[in-house]
Formats: sequence, structure tokens, C-alpha cells
Amino acid sequence: MPTIYIDNAPYPVKDGQNLLHACLSLGFDIPYFCWHPAMHSVGACRQCAVKQFKNADDKKGRIVMACMTPAAEGTRISIDDPEAVAFRKLVAELLMTNHPHDCPICDEGGECHLQDMTVMTGHTYRRFRFRKRTHRNQNLGPFVNHEMNRCIACYRCVRFYRDYAGGRDLDVFGAHHYVYFGRDRDGALENEFSGNLVEVCPTGVFTDKTLKEHYTRKWDMQTAPSICVHCGIGCNTIPGERYGLLRCVRNRFNGEVNGYFLCDRGRYGYEFVNSSNRIRQPLQRGDAGEKEAITRESALRYLGEILHRNRQRIIGIGSPRASLEANFALRTLVGPDRFFAGLSERDNGLMAAAVKLLRESPARTPSLQDVARADAALVLGENVPNVAPMLAFALRQVMLQVEIRDTAKVGIPRWEDAAVRDSAARFSAVFIEKAPLFISAPTETRLCDIAAPTSPASPDDTARLGFAVAHAISPNSPAVPALPADSLALAGQIAATLLRAERPIVVSGPSCGSEKVMQAAASVARALRAAGRNVGLCFTAPECNSVGLAMMGAAGGIESALKMAAGGADVVIVLENDLYQRVDAASVDALLHAARRVIVLDHLAHATAAQSEMALPAATFAESEGTLVNNEGRAQRFFKVLDPGSSSVRESWRWLRDIGRASGFAEFTPWRNLDDVLAAMARELPCFGAVPGIAPPAGFRALGRKIPRQPHRYSGRTAMHADSNVHEPQPPDDPDSALAFSMEGFPGPPPPSLIPRFWAPGWNSVQAVAKFQDEAGGPLRGGDPGRRLIEPSPKSVDAAADETAPSPFKARPGEWLLVPLYHVFGSEELSVLSRGVAELAPKPYLALRPEDLQRLGAADGDEIELTLNGVTLRLPAKSAPGLAHGLAGLPVGLPGMPAVSLPAWAVLRGAATTEDGGSPIVKG
Amino acid sequence: MPAEIVLTRNIRPGLEPPDLKAYERAGGYQALRKALSSMTPQAVQEAVKKSGLRGRGGAGFPTGAKWSFVPLGSDAPRPRYFILNADETEPGTFKDRHLLEGDPHQIIEGTIVTSYAIQADVAFIFLRWEYRKAARALEKALSEATAAGYLGKNILGSGYSLPLHLHVSAGRYICGEESALINSLEGRRAVPRAKPPHPTVCGHWGKPTIVNNVETVANVPHIVLRGPEWFAGLSLGADSGTKLYSASGRVKKPGLWELPMGTPLREIIEQRAGGMQEGFRFRGALPGGASTDFVPEDRMDVKMDFGSLEKAGSRLGTGALVVLDDRTCPVGMVLNLERFFARESCGWCTPCRDGLAWTARLLQAIEEGEGRPGDLETLDGLAKSMGPGLTFCALALGAAEPLASALRLFRDDFERHVAQKRCPWR
Repeated sequence: MPTIYIDNAPYPVKDGQNLLHACLSLGFDIPYFCWHPAMHSVGACRQCAVKQFKNADDKKGRIVMACMTPAAEGTRISIDDPEAVAFRKLVAELLMTNHPHDCPICDEGGECHLQDMTVMTGHTYRRFRFRKRTHRNQNLGPFVNHEMNRCIACYRCVRFYRDYAGGRDLDVFGAHHYVYFGRDRDGALENEFSGNLVEVCPTGVFTDKTLKEHYTRKWDMQTAPSICVHCGIGCNTIPGERYGLLRCVRNRFNGEVNGYFLCDRGRYGYEFVNSSNRIRQPLQRGDAGEKEAITRESALRYLGEILHRNRQRIIGIGSPRASLEANFALRTLVGPDRFFAGLSERDNGLMAAAVKLLRESPARTPSLQDVARADAALVLGENVPNVAPMLAFALRQVMLQVEIRDTAKVGIPRWEDAAVRDSAARFSAVFIEKAPLFISAPTETRLCDIAAPTSPASPDDTARLGFAVAHAISPNSPAVPALPADSLALAGQIAATLLRAERPIVVSGPSCGSEKVMQAAASVARALRAAGRNVGLCFTAPECNSVGLAMMGAAGGIESALKMAAGGADVVIVLENDLYQRVDAASVDALLHAARRVIVLDHLAHATAAQSEMALPAATFAESEGTLVNNEGRAQRFFKVLDPGSSSVRESWRWLRDIGRASGFAEFTPWRNLDDVLAAMARELPCFGAVPGIAPPAGFRALGRKIPRQPHRYSGRTAMHADSNVHEPQPPDDPDSALAFSMEGFPGPPPPSLIPRFWAPGWNSVQAVAKFQDEAGGPLRGGDPGRRLIEPSPKSVDAAADETAPSPFKARPGEWLLVPLYHVFGSEELSVLSRGVAELAPKPYLALRPEDLQRLGAADGDEIELTLNGVTLRLPAKSAPGLAHGLAGLPVGLPGMPAVSLPAWAVLRGAATTEDGGSPIVKG
Repeated sequence: MPAEIVLTRNIRPGLEPPDLKAYERAGGYQALRKALSSMTPQAVQEAVKKSGLRGRGGAGFPTGAKWSFVPLGSDAPRPRYFILNADETEPGTFKDRHLLEGDPHQIIEGTIVTSYAIQADVAFIFLRWEYRKAARALEKALSEATAAGYLGKNILGSGYSLPLHLHVSAGRYICGEESALINSLEGRRAVPRAKPPHPTVCGHWGKPTIVNNVETVANVPHIVLRGPEWFAGLSLGADSGTKLYSASGRVKKPGLWELPMGTPLREIIEQRAGGMQEGFRFRGALPGGASTDFVPEDRMDVKMDFGSLEKAGSRLGTGALVVLDDRTCPVGMVLNLERFFARESCGWCTPCRDGLAWTARLLQAIEEGEGRPGDLETLDGLAKSMGPGLTFCALALGAAEPLASALRLFRDDFERHVAQKRCPWR
């Protein structure tokens, strides 16, 4: 551990850091712009100047940029040196020469790094008296607002967008003080991580366009720690609320999960919370068949009566997008034998198989940051950018690990970001040939630009390649018969690359609908583990609590529930689920008709809710506390950010508890708050034993006080409700957590799982995160939140008997294997209700290889009729050269697309051969 | 004894440059033959090191030492690159143009010998876009040299191969900065790279790369052929060789001359350039292109070499004298220069991008009679903010040199502008 001297006092610092990183980690305030804890140094802004001295006798010293100078043993610097102070002040003044004085109308005001740094440098009076340079702004689509006049040219945006996120349509144009950061023309940013520009930009060039529609200052925003609900990765978020409206979602740093970034689906998918289609009061079908609002009390009284009599005849359908607590409450209400997963039988089986494979694997499930640190990766069957965007973001950094390793050999430290990238010649074709990232999936993905060249393959062939890789690594894994020579060679190349790596990972998941593919991935991981490699096995998970639900276990999927209902059921309780999105409409109709009564608890009035006898208003993530288990098997707690107020909206577990109590079921009597539910769950299901410990209990107090959700500068507390009542209302109570709906409470940094926002004196922007970390960019002080529930199995690493490769895929004449296609915008039920997400979601289509289109006598955009399990759909064709031979692709989850169980063989016909030209989608 | 002419001996202004035959008749490609047949790459490096040759692009880094930073040996990274920096854009400077247009084979031979010395696998000539005539001359010479077996595979049967590509720049001053040049050559923005790592270790496509100036490379064949001692003896001072000097401004005979390194400034102005035009008095000169400090009248006896000019508070730079006379407004001259530098800033680092724009705007205001008290102190501060180590590359450093020296040497003139609210020269 080197010692450096700052203004003559010795400090120990970590090896291999630069001075800026080291000083920030030690708690010193040095202003900076172009440096970013996740993107390191490029030396552009010259703001972090300090004085460096050769030795103790050197009194003159010279100014250096802290971010570009190693914190080597014995380094002597002064932060307070008058020349360094003056230079930093001048740099701030230079940056401000063209910056508009529009802070009062700038969305960044109050959380602006430029404001903070300008104050920090002491620059107050501008001497520049000439006209400022101005720019034309661009329309960058629904997510990001562009205001180029505010730009201080720190280059963070293009570095993030291009170097880290893999985007290509944002760049820097022009030169000298007319540098312009934007696209070559107006248009929506193409990269699904564009929202991070809002947080990466140190000032107001890029701001949240959705927040603009209901703008609130950061200091006026009530915030709480939360977890993203729009895929299975479990990124940590900070939603913000005022006047009962969810205003925005920002990143919440978690050093093991999402770090500093979020995907756009997660950041902008929040608007369903504010939807006018929300169920706000219990709705009961009246005599005329129309839904009528009833009170909470009468709903409970009614439900108590019907359930009390027939406990043995209630079926519960859980949800992969509801919390562990909600699912557990339903399971408790109906009993484990009548608790079904709200998934098709097939999807439920896939998730169960995934969790089983992870639990039995000797390989560790990597955290998202473990993935980003991997130096070789094999992806089997997954379109990662569309299914789990932040996992793709992490995989994109795998390439960087190679660059870091290679440049370290010539003495370039990791933090020299540009040097690391320049030296690796990342644009050369030779470099891609050597890429340590391999992808085999039914279609090309947006990660293919950095992956070794491979051909798309059907799920079965993907599984075969995986098994072949496993066999190439370890002869204990069974050989794959009849493998073509090129696949064999590829398998050998992949095996060699994975074996060479220090931290290889294997990525797969259920999204191509094949258990064999996941088995193959597990087999590769096991072979690598047997070869002594520190390998990670990572599965995607489609929804925010898919893994939690699978770990809890269910008696089956929706089809099993239908069977049981057909055998006689009085009540079916559907938890946070639109069954029509899960299985074909006929099955859902049959299920809903088989039961005498259908009760739905959910946020939105969807098709299943419409079919129910009673729909109960269930709280969203923003209005409830609960626990979700992500794809890593990490259980994470989210907290209420807004109180549902006088509406009947309640957490699903609370509704179910109250229903249980109203029915006279004794198990629910001790459930006073969330901690009681967690305790009961930990007792009942030992796999969740660690879950109560992931956040302090509701009774936790810091120096006797709760943690305030509102900043201490929150304005209007006494006035904001004056239009309805001049008396200041009592703040809502939160019996389930140590957070308070108040500005009052513990003013210091709370435990890491309870951090409602990042703020520190002088640090109003997101850059304040550093003040909550052990070291700048490092884990949160007190440990990154969440508990891992799945650890590597210590059992034998031999192959399981049933792990054999499937037969080779054979294309069929006149038929195509329909595979599911996912879209980052559109394939997820809740986020697509946000206007911007919907705008970027594609319309339903059928993807076919160009030669298949030709064979059907159709062109791009022509209608194709497809018949599958008796259902006929008519969809416009889309040419997809990236699809494997013999396959056709059907987008899943898009609004207007019926649920179809995939993969499945389908007959396709060019619509020119069909008779009528009816509606685009015809249900048969 | 008249000084020996080395680099420009084959150049006949106004006539076509010597073709391959003519160049060979004048002793051309003998150095290449000698190096390939009887010298190891190390021996070539050693000769250049001993000769004391320093880079002629402006910075004056010892050439042989620079070459020695390239890792050689069987486990060294490959390919290695040599890039000839022919992106001459320094205001007032046209020495490389003279060499390229006048004797392209000399430059090509120097490039091949240099590439051999560092065992480069590929070489590029990075040529300023506006140098169309030089491009034509080089293209012709390159095809002649390739046909004669001086370029390509197995040169002269030595086993050494070198493809040499002519790349014409898209045209910006910053492309002359070697790492920005490399970025530009890779098809990226011409923005300098952070150093370390230096291109010698990690340059073009991340591989070891040497970038040398045209005039520097022109010297190499002569050193190889005639020896380092001869080369060291050419000069009048501590730095070896001859130097291409030029003079522009209100002198009687503006022009370019090859003279012994260390020829005094006064001699160049008074003897070569014929002294000042009638009615004009010498007030100062930028000795090495626009990005050097003014040398005032009382220092006119300074020797034009690296060490002497540094002692005189300036730099040799490119050796292109830009003369300021007493009937030209120094504020206007500096404004003209700073406008150029402000425009040519790549926009990467703050003091250069925003500082130069402010500097140019402020000088304009002063020149137009809109200067205010305090403006000169602001300019002092801006010049200081572009000092060594404060900016990302040397562009702003070079821009600050004429500014800071003018503010020091011609302070009265600046103050008169502010006090009289007009330019006294207008």
C-alpha cells in the first residue's frame, strides 16, 4: 500500500490508482468533470489540477492533473497550493464562458455537477463579456432532452455511449470551441442505454425528457431505495415522487449489480404507475355485469365470507413480477398444493429447470459486475441485449478486460482509459477475430459487433455446440455425435478460449425456450470448474421475481391450475398477472370459466381483471415494500416511495393477509408488518432464510430516528396541500420499514440498503455517490445491498445422466420453427405502457430469412399467414438475414400479440394466396 | 569557406524535381544500399545517435534516442510502423514543402533507411492536404522507387521488406501532433492521445510507431553515407547538421536557405534576407514558426539552434522566421496568430478550447478599441493557463508563446490600445 503526502500529511492509498481517485477516496474534494468512477481518466477537462513536488525539499513543484498522475509511493502533492487553486478556478471560469445562465429553468439545476464544481473552485464573477457560442439542439427521441448550449465539452457522453454502451449514433462533431455532441441528424437515440447520458452528463445538456413532463427539482423529490421491475437483473433504482405522482427513476449505485448505470427500459418504464388505467378501488361485478367500485371493508367482508367456507377449493396463481412476500402470502392462503406459478406450464418448467441447474452447479452465479470483470464469455441461446440489457452492457466490458490485460503488459494502468482502448486497436478486424466473446443463438444480437464471428443456430444446434464445447474442455462430458466439422472446430476454439481465461463465464437462460440449451451451458460451466477454472454460470431471468417464484416452487403452471379448476374450484385468486399474456386465450377463458369466482389483485385493469368477479387494487413497486430475487439469486428489498394515500391501493401481501384474516385463517393473525411476513417465510421456506436480513427491520432507528425519504431542503411541506386543507396533514405512517415519509429524521448516511438518495454537502449531483462508498467507485460503505441465495454446489462435478445433446436440427419443407424474438422496448408488459417505450416498440411482425420470404412469394412488409396449434395469425413479414436457417421469428409480448408457446413448428403461407384481406391479426 | 549544402543540393526551384535516374546519378539510394548491405539496424541507429541529429519538426528531440525506444527483438510487438510527418501546417513554415516538392526521392530514401533502422513493417507518409504538388511528386517517385526495387518485398535482396503508403491528410493543424496524426491515420478524430504511453511503445493500431518530420528524415541518408562526425561538423554550434531557415515579413528578400545549424538570426535577416525593407525597422521575430516566443531586436545575435534560442527565451521550432516590423501592429499580429490557434484547437482540453477562443476574442476587442482595464491581466492569466503541463498537448503551449512574449515585449503597445480605445496603427 503506497503512502502519498497531501499537503505534507501522509495517507495510505490503494495500489495502482491515480491521484484523483485516491484523493476522492480519502474524502478530499477535488473538482473534476471528464473523470468518471466507472469510465476513469482521459485528461480532457484539466479541472483536477494539483501541485506535485519532487520531494520534501521541492518547494516550487509543478501543476499536474490528478486524474492523469499515478498515486505512487512517496508522491507529494498539494491540493491547497495557491497556484493550483488559481488554475482550477480559471478552468471553471473557462468552462463557464459559454455556459448559459439558465440554471433557474434548467432541469439539472439543484443536481448539477457543474454547479457544484463551480462553487467548489470559487469562481463567481465572469470576466468573459462576449457573445456565447450557441448550438442548435436535436430531437433525440422520447427519452433524452438535448440542450447543447450548456455543454462544457467533457466528452463523457460520447465516451459512455460509444466506448461503454456500444452505441454508434452519438458522436462529437466540429472542433475548437464549437465541438458538438449529438447525432448526425435529429432522431431517437438508438442505444438502449441512452438514459444514462442524463446522469453521465455533468450539466444539463442531456436531461430526462419524461421528467420534463412533470418536472420536480431533486430537492423537492421524495425518494426511496427501489429495485427495477422490468427484467430479471434487479438493477437498483431511486424512483422520485411528488404530489402522488412518480416523476422519474434514477440509478441507485450497487457495486455488485448495476454500478452506475441503468437501461432505458428500467429508467423509463415507470409510467404505468401513474396510468389512468390503474385500479384504485376494489371493483366488483354488479348485477348488470358492469364493474362497480366498492369499499375496502365490503370487499374484505365479502371475500371473507366466501373463502371461509371453502378453503380447500381455492386456487392461487402467483406471479413472477410480484414480490416474494405477495407470492408467499398467496401460497399461505391457498396452500402449497394449490399454489400455481402464473406462467405457462412450459415457462414454469424452464424456470424451475434453470433454478435447479444453478443450485446444483459447482459454478458460481456471477453478479452483474462479475460478468463485467470476466475475460471470456460464451452466450448460448440468449438475445441478451433485448432480454437483459444490463447483462449485455456487462458483457460488452468483457472485451475491455482483454484490452486491460494486454496494456498492463506495457505498463499502462487501467485508469488510463483512452490509452487502454487506443492501444488495443479495437477497430481492427484482427482484434475481432480474437474476441473472447462467443454467441450462439437463433438470431444475431446487438452484441455480435464485438463477438467472434459465429452463425445463428436453432435452439437444438445451439445446445449441441454447447455440449461439444463441454466435451472439448472435459472428456467426462459426453461427446456430441454427428457434429459437422466447422462446429467441431468452433467448439474447440471456444473451449480453448474459455480455458485460457482467468474468469470465464457462461451465459444462457430460458428465453429461447429450450431446457437443453441451459443444460449445455451448465455442462460447459461444470467442465470448466472440473478443469479448475473460476467460472461463472449466468442465466437470464425474464421477470423481476422469476427466480424468486421458481425458488418458492409451485404446483405447476397455468395449465395445471386449469386442470385443478376443472376438477372443481370455487375461487381462483390471480396475483399481479394478466394470464392472457401467458398462455393462449382459450386456456385462460377455460380456466376463468371453470372457477365460480375469479379474484384478481393487480395494478392495472387488464384483460384478466376485466374477466374477474372482483379486482383488487394492488400496489406497484412504488407503493410497496418487498423482496425480489434476481437472476444471480440475489434477494433485494425495495421500498415504498409514495404512499397510496386515501385510496384502497395496498400491497398484495397486505390484501391477502386481510383476506385471510377476514376468512378467519389463523396463520395471518401474527402478520403485523412486513418483518412478520419475512419471518414466517423464512421459517416455512428455508431457502429464504437470509431474506429477513437484507435490510434493517422496520424497528431500526439511526440514533433513535427513522431515515427521511424527503431531502432536508424539501419545500412546501406546510403549503403543498393547502388547496384542500390549510392544516398540515400528518405524514403517512410506514409500519414496514425504517424509512419515514418526512424531511425529518437521521441526517447522516443510512445503512446501504436504506439509502434513499445520494447527496452530500457540496455534492448535489449523482456524483455524491463517492461520499457513500468505501473508495470512489468501490462498494457502498457497509457493503453492497442484497443477499445471495444461491451458492455453488459443493457436490460432485460429474455430468448428470440425462445430459445428452439433442439431435441435429432439421429444417422442414413448408414449415418453420417459430422462435420467440424479444425487444428491449415492447416485450415487457409494464414498461410498454410508458409512452416513450411504446413509441420505440415495434409493431407485430413475422421475421423470416430473405430467401424464405422469396419462397413464400412475399416481400418485406407483405402479410404472411401463419397457423400454429389451430391459431391463425396474419402478420407483416420482416426480412431477417440474421435468423438461423429453417427458423422464423415471432416477437413476444408486444401489445396486440397473442400469447403463443414457442418454439413451435408453424405452417406459413404468403397472404397473396389467402382470400380476404381482413385485420392484421386473426384469432382462429 | 562557403557552407556545405546537403539537403537542398538537388533542388532547382522552378524546375521539375530529379527523377529516379537523376537522383541516382547524384548519389541517391547509395545510403540505402549501404545500410541494407553493410549495417545492422542498430548500427544505423547508432550512427544517427552519434550524429546528434535532433528532430526538425519543432520539438528538437534527439532522433536516435527516439528510435531506440522502439522495442526490437523476437518477442517485441509487431507490426512496427514508421510514419513520416509531412503535415507541415505551422504558420510561416514551408521547409518540408520545399524538400518534398524539390527532391522527393531524398525523402523516400530517408524514410526507407529510417524504417530499416527501427525495423518497421509498414511505413506511411502523412501529407498535408494542401500539398498537392508534393503529393504528385511523391506519387511519381514512389512508383519509380517501387519499380526499382527500393520499396516492397525483399528490398535490394536484403530480406528487408517495406510497403510505403502515401496518406493525404484531411487537413488540420493538429494532425501535425504525432498522436493526433496517428488517430487521424486510423480514421478517427484528430485528437491527441495521452502520453505516456508514447507512440514508440503504443502508437498506430496500438503498436510501436515512430513519427519523424520530413527534414529530420532527409538528413538520415547523408549521415549513413558520410558519417556522424561529418554531420556534426556541419554546424556552427552545439546542434549538428544544416538547417532549413526561412524568413517572411517586411524583409527585402523573403525566402528559404539551407545554412549551418546555429547561423545567427541577424545573419539570416541581414545577409540572406537582405535586411528590412526601406522604411521598416526590425522589432522582433518569431524564430521558428508561429508557436515560438518573439526574439526582440536586442537579441538578434542569437544563434539559431535549439540551445541558444532556449537561452534567449524562445525556441528554434521550425526555423521559419516571421518578422515583425515597426509599422505593423503587434496586437494585430498576435490576434492573427491566436485566431489561427483558436480555430485549430481540436476542442479536447479546456484551456486550449475555451482559453484560446477567449484570447482571440479579447485581442480582437483590444485591436478594435474595445479593450478595458484588466484585459491585459486576463490575457496574462490565459497565457499562463496554457503553460507546460497544463494543457493536454503542445498546441496551446505553442499558442501561448507568441502571446506571452508579445505581452511582455510590446506591453506599451497593448496598453496604448486600451488607453486610446483604438489601434494606434490605424
